[in-house]
Amino acid sequence: MAINEKTVKHVAKLAKLEFKEEDIHDFTEEIDKIIQMVEQLEDLDTQGVEGTYHGITHHSVVRKDEAKLDIDREDLFKNVKTKQDGFIKVPAIMDNGESGA
Amino acid sequence: MNFETIIGLEIHVELKTNSKMFSPSPAHFGAEPNTNTNVIDWGYPGVLPVVNERAVEFGMKAALALNCTITQDTKFDRKNYFYPDNPKAYQISQFDRPIGHDGWIEIEVNGEKKKIRIERVHLEEDAGKNTHGSDGYSYVDLNRQGTPLIEIVSEADMRSPEEAYAYLEAVKQIIQFTGVSDVKMEEGSMRCDANISLRPFGQEEFGTKSELKNLNSFNFVRKGLAHEIERQERELIAGRELMQETRRYDETTGKTILMRVKEGSSDYRYFPEPDIPNLLIEDEWIEKVRQSLPEMPKERRTRYVNKLNIPEYDAEVLTSSREMSDFFEETVANNADPKQVSNWLMGEVSAYLNSEKLSFSETALTPKSLAEMINLIADGTISSKIAKKVFRELISNGSDDVKALVEAKGWAQLSDPSKLLPVINETLDQNEQSIEDYKNGRDRAIGFLVGQIMKKTRGQANPGIVNKLLKEEIEKR
Repeated sequence: MAINEKTVKHVAKLAKLEFKEEDIHDFTEEIDKIIQMVEQLEDLDTQGVEGTYHGITHHSVVRKDEAKLDIDREDLFKNVKTKQDGFIKVPAIMDNGESGA
Repeated sequence: MNFETIIGLEIHVELKTNSKMFSPSPAHFGAEPNTNTNVIDWGYPGVLPVVNERAVEFGMKAALALNCTITQDTKFDRKNYFYPDNPKAYQISQFDRPIGHDGWIEIEVNGEKKKIRIERVHLEEDAGKNTHGSDGYSYVDLNRQGTPLIEIVSEADMRSPEEAYAYLEAVKQIIQFTGVSDVKMEEGSMRCDANISLRPFGQEEFGTKSELKNLNSFNFVRKGLAHEIERQERELIAGRELMQETRRYDETTGKTILMRVKEGSSDYRYFPEPDIPNLLIEDEWIEKVRQSLPEMPKERRTRYVNKLNIPEYDAEVLTSSREMSDFFEETVANNADPKQVSNWLMGEVSAYLNSEKLSFSETALTPKSLAEMINLIADGTISSKIAKKVFRELISNGSDDVKALVEAKGWAQLSDPSKLLPVINETLDQNEQSIEDYKNGRDRAIGFLVGQIMKKTRGQANPGIVNKLLKEEIEKR
């Protein structure tokens, strides 16, 4: 086994997903198969092959630092379920320490 | 048992760009909630973040100023976490190839110099702002979402809250000199988290660390760390095992409060940001940015002391901000005596700026007018007492020609004997008793007479010359 139920539960928790116990069992088997398939890559001899940091080959795409606003707030709010005074209103979630990056 | 404190700091600095890190919305504050945002900031499906060239340049500038090596093949990564102020459910940051690495700066605590190594400087985007209401809801404003940030991560090289404070101060100063950020902790453009652990003296291995959040002022950094040292010490002495945890400094109690037991970096499931290709930074770009770096505070201090004969303490104060330092240099360049310029900047000018809560650029004072005023004091045209009046005028209303101003206002000092003598003799005529007293050895009488003369000339008489002439005239009687 490349992966166990404990890890799957942990990843589900990080992804904020909830599953029934028996589903966890099935997922673990499925994910395990996927990982085993990917692990076949480890059999390749990669000596002398440069590392890849990115899936695409072109690079250095930047834009000039010019500020512009191209959309109204009202349009952005079309998908917002609850709002108040220009704010997006959400159920309070206590600071988990990530706010402010 | 005696413990050694180990501290490392993570400092976030907001970059002063026009637009955001990955979107063209304005990166300014004070706007109505959610008005400076667009589809990229909101993380709408199908949008494409594109790197802001100036943010990269600013990041590089900061990294170079902190003596870092630039990663020429740099890339962006996704850091995944859920929180309402982070609409994409990931932050675009840099994981294994930060824009700068392996830097250092020098700090000084109690006269001892020490090098603090900097592990990395990386670029990332800021999150939005969550305001918790008392009604069970949070209110989200995404104006800040996407503002360019650099995170400066030190090595665990600090051994006391004082060293951490000095390091923070030094980083602030250096970044401020580069001009890439306002670095104001009270306004949130500079924020600080600390990693802190204790180990018995002599032990090589680090102890279990805790991460302190919310150290949002220089004072909180010092107090929060001091409190955390006490807490960890208490736990260790009691024989309890410390957990790796995140704690928040609570400014009302001065204590640190447990927020959560820390997840590992792997829980953020970093992976390369597929929307942003790698960034290759050419030598020429690095050189160009290096050329644009101003002289740093440390070098300026050395030059002030060695070339301008300024005391070390003055040099320290003068380089506390780029604005002050530039003002000093420009005033000196206008041919004013450096020590006099320093005295005025550290004295009257600073007092005025503090009491009026202004910065240099918000006043009418210019390096040229300050230099002219200082030279008018030096050549005796104005007294140092009148100079304070002149100064008030210069800093509130300004002047292109201080000499003309002094003449127009009638503030010039009276030094001409032909103009002073009539006043002196008139005063003597009116105060025969004082002459008598003086001749009988009561020196204080002279002070009284000078006072009378100053009064008659409305403070404009040159006291040195009045003293000399007065004694001569008394001798004649």
